[in-house]
Amino acid sequence: MTATPVLRLAALTRVHGSGPTAVHALKGVDLSVHAGEFVAVMGPSGSGKSTLLTLAGGLDTATGGQVLVEGHDLGALSRARLAKIRRTSVGYVFQDYNLIPALTAAENIALPRELDGVAARTARREALAALDEIGLSELADRFPDEMSGGQQQRVAIARALVGERRLVLADEPTGALDSETGEAVLALLRRRCDEGAAVVLVTHESRYAAWADRVVFLRDGTIVDQTAAGSAETLLAGGGTR
Amino acid sequence: MSIRYGLLALLEQGPRYGSQLRTEFETRTGATWPLNIGQVYTTLGRLERDGLIVPEGGGDAKQQLYAITDEGRRELGDWFSQPVDRTQPSRDELAIKLAMAVGTPGVDVARIIQAQRRHTLAAMQDYTRLKARALAAEPESGDDIAWLLVLEQLIFFAEAESRWLDHCESRLLRLAARPRPVEPAPRPPADAQAPADDRPKARGGTSS
Repeated sequence: MTATPVLRLAALTRVHGSGPTAVHALKGVDLSVHAGEFVAVMGPSGSGKSTLLTLAGGLDTATGGQVLVEGHDLGALSRARLAKIRRTSVGYVFQDYNLIPALTAAENIALPRELDGVAARTARREALAALDEIGLSELADRFPDEMSGGQQQRVAIARALVGERRLVLADEPTGALDSETGEAVLALLRRRCDEGAAVVLVTHESRYAAWADRVVFLRDGTIVDQTAAGSAETLLAGGGTR
Repeated sequence: MSIRYGLLALLEQGPRYGSQLRTEFETRTGATWPLNIGQVYTTLGRLERDGLIVPEGGGDAKQQLYAITDEGRRELGDWFSQPVDRTQPSRDELAIKLAMAVGTPGVDVARIIQAQRRHTLAAMQDYTRLKARALAAEPESGDDIAWLLVLEQLIFFAEAESRWLDHCESRLLRLAARPRPVEPAPRPPADAQAPADDRPKARGGTSS
């Protein structure tokens, strides 16, 4: 782990509306995620999970506190600089994939790289390599509506991982997938994390949260509890011997 | 019961020594349910008594080779062909703890639920790490596949527990938000023999 976390949320607060009808979605959340660490955020509907993730990804603005990505305070950046960090440092995986229907799988993956100034040919090469890494090379020239949900989600993950992104934010990425495909998605995130990225996964499914190093429990906009990383290794006496 | 049939299943593959059976049982199940050698020999003694296995060769119990009989094969076949009985669930400490907690003054049920949820999640993390390791090794042998299935059973059962805890929490919150009913009169002593289904609906409704 490095001294500076890849993601740091400091006293993060988000209030929607004002006055008596104000909704306090997040109430002073502190969370640090280091390189190579996989954190899952769990909580019931309305607990603030998705708000936390959209703030962490710079897709929304906090009403209090700070979001620091690789030491950069997102709230203090110009819009252009924020957009650049979102493109280059942060990969975002959505529940509903958010692939652009008019672009092929390879084009969807290459687009953020091209927007970042990478030559089209290089971006295409990177996209093909990313597809190869997840075992979907044959889908390079297919459009989203020609792929299954699981294939689209894996393409969306490849798009989130392409380039040098060190922070991956995933919002219920397994929501619409069957058990085995969901597991394949988690295995991809886990692998990227083991290669050095920081991953934050929002999920309400404990089986997927269990892929994380640390599970954080959110209730009513506050972190109420968390599992200690690697605390349970001794539970199975025989596990370490296999 | 599962040890008895587990040993029979291993003996179906050929004669084995007691210590060999113990090792193979633990290899298949990843030592999730460790056996002591005493349990193995006690079970082998009962299987021999029931005519399901026979000793082969001489020697004392510790150096005795055992083989399955035709009767043993029939019984093993019956075991594989019949579902495991779930109509007599074993006592579950967590269910008993929560059942007791909701009726005990001064006990913070929400805290019990969260502490258990954290522990169950931590156990699932452990199982999932072992599963990821097992998958990365690309299981091929029967032992490797058996271990993977056992791990996945542990994960799915822990997930069910976690979901049940979520459900308990939300149900208790909903019940707490309702207007409080009038306190029922103290129940008569046990010798009054009131049938269990005479309980007020509010109590019966908390089962899940």
